Amino acid sequence: MPGWVNFVVAGLLTGAVYGLMALGLSVIFGVVRVVNFAHGEMMMLAMYGVILLQRWAGFDPLVSAPVVAAALFALGYALQRGLLNRFISRPEHEQFILMLGVAALLTSSMLMVFGPDAASIDTSYALDSYALGSLILDKVRVFAASGAILCMALLWAFFRLSRTGKAIRACADNPVGAAVAGLDVNRFYATAFGIGAACVAAAGTFLLLLVDVQPYLGADYTLLSFVIVIIGGLGSMPGALLGGVLVGVSEGLAAYFVAPSLKSLFSYGLLILVLLVRPQGLMGRRA
Amino acid sequence: MKRTIDRRRFGMGAMAAGAVIAAPAIVRAQAARLRIGNLLPTSGFEALTGQFCQGGIDLAKTMVKDMGYDFEVIDADTESKPETARTQAEKLIRDGCHILLGAFDSGQTLAIAQVCEQNGIPFVADIAADPAITNQGFKFVFRNFPTAVMLGNNGLALFAELFKVTHTAPKTAVLMHVNDTFGEAMVKGIDGYDQKVGLPFKIVENIGYSPQTNDLSAEVAKAKAANADLLVVVHRLNDIILMVREMVKQRYQPMGIISPGSPGMQFKQFFKSLGKYANYCITNQPWMDPKQPLAGRVQEAYEKAHPDQNMTLEIGFTFEGVLICADAAKRAGSTKPQALVEALRATHITNRVMLGGAISFDEHGQNVNLPSAATENLNGKPMVILPEANANAKPVFPMPGWSERG
Repeated sequence: MPGWVNFVVAGLLTGAVYGLMALGLSVIFGVVRVVNFAHGEMMMLAMYGVILLQRWAGFDPLVSAPVVAAALFALGYALQRGLLNRFISRPEHEQFILMLGVAALLTSSMLMVFGPDAASIDTSYALDSYALGSLILDKVRVFAASGAILCMALLWAFFRLSRTGKAIRACADNPVGAAVAGLDVNRFYATAFGIGAACVAAAGTFLLLLVDVQPYLGADYTLLSFVIVIIGGLGSMPGALLGGVLVGVSEGLAAYFVAPSLKSLFSYGLLILVLLVRPQGLMGRRA
Repeated sequence: MKRTIDRRRFGMGAMAAGAVIAAPAIVRAQAARLRIGNLLPTSGFEALTGQFCQGGIDLAKTMVKDMGYDFEVIDADTESKPETARTQAEKLIRDGCHILLGAFDSGQTLAIAQVCEQNGIPFVADIAADPAITNQGFKFVFRNFPTAVMLGNNGLALFAELFKVTHTAPKTAVLMHVNDTFGEAMVKGIDGYDQKVGLPFKIVENIGYSPQTNDLSAEVAKAKAANADLLVVVHRLNDIILMVREMVKQRYQPMGIISPGSPGMQFKQFFKSLGKYANYCITNQPWMDPKQPLAGRVQEAYEKAHPDQNMTLEIGFTFEGVLICADAAKRAGSTKPQALVEALRATHITNRVMLGGAISFDEHGQNVNLPSAATENLNGKPMVILPEANANAKPVFPMPGWSERG
């Protein structure tokens, strides 16, 4: 088997987790029309939550995923209801500054509580892998990708099949019409923001199986989420998954064929290419 | 009654005022005690190693005083950033430090060296390998640590010796290295060695990475794909833990993991994080001299104070750094910068911790008496395997496979 196959598979698995992370951003923007500049910081907060759950209760990160997702849902819901709803009709730059403020607040708070050093989790399967011939599959990467794909499937089902999901989509498509029909738009906005936060919390839990967390981690992942949703199409659920996978695979191939330290160059190159050729993203709708 | 100030009254008043103004300065001059400003990265991505180095400084605060020296140490955190190292060095000088000491990282050490040179304050680099620290003609900078070229040459010379005693002959190697100031300086040293003497193996792949990375899966996969016999590493602590984890996960099994001189694989944190997988990693580095009574006393005191840590070169060099500063001030009989610099130039300390001759500095401020030993992690501890005259264990090479470690 050619050597690059391992890189492509690893990229696919990591890309699925990236996809879930970016999906949170996409849901929030798609419904509330607010760009969440604190997205990576919310993920970092969830990662610390997972570490605390392991230290205090001995929880495996995969068990912690629904707990931190629920906690971040509550935080996202409260943030939208208590703060962001007041900014919905304000100019976009004010929304950006507000979310950047939230990001700085989260980073500083985590810095005060946990200090600047990297923290990691310890699992019994951290060093295990599956071997399929010469193809080596990192066990934690397989778990992380499976968890991410499961979350995305649940989210798809929620938006397609549940009454609340359909109501949120109605609010996203036509907020005035939804309000006229009697829907509490602000409440559904808050629910959507909560769902986006829960997505990024789950993604953070899975990502923590692969990387260590430190308070400054957020900004890099906020940027990566933007790259993915712009490639996939802002507001598109399948686009987020496609963008995540494309970024993961392109980084893997760049690492193999060029140099591992230049892998980010290729994801940004892909971003520029998409912006030139299809500015609305691969699966986005033209405005 | 009208009072006038005549010449006599004015003279007496001026003398009294002068005495009042001068008194604190006189007292200060009489009580001048050496203030050492110690800079280390005790937070940020190098925090684990920085805090570890601080252990050597803390030990010296009492042990060096017990050796008859008088001084105080003011600690400062560089936050693992050269720009913070610079501002902290300026602050320590403003706070009245007579001499600065530090700083583990070459980039941060260079920043401090520039501040000291600008302010005319002596600086002793206790751990930092970039040759630029002592080859720029600085007048106030001294280093008691090998340059990257010395580290590389000494370390690489031990490779051939290892292969000879273990009757092995790896033909190819992958070089994985951090791309910070230290890592790049080491790579230059290795390249230079390669051209001059010739390594006993060919480097088929050279993979650099950021020391702040939190994922080395692609780098390790690339190294594995090169299918070389040996993995040569120039690393820090966090990244080497990540690297070995990835190697185990990806079942990448070279004949050995050998560093020509880097911090990390000898630390207790490395053993704690990796357990049985920490064994058989080899680092060629300056090491403690078991024949020096001071080395034994420092090791005993350190392991008593830190039962969860190993005594390593970081403790030895930071301890010696304080000793060098205190010794210079004692011989100078002054804390004035120029007197301290003159005393530092004349340093000759035979009662030391690390392997090598007496601590002394050449015309560039560099201590050239700093040979390396090869240490291998065996049964959860770094043991000296080479040179054979100083060895306390036999080398195990090639290393056993990941799945053969019970």
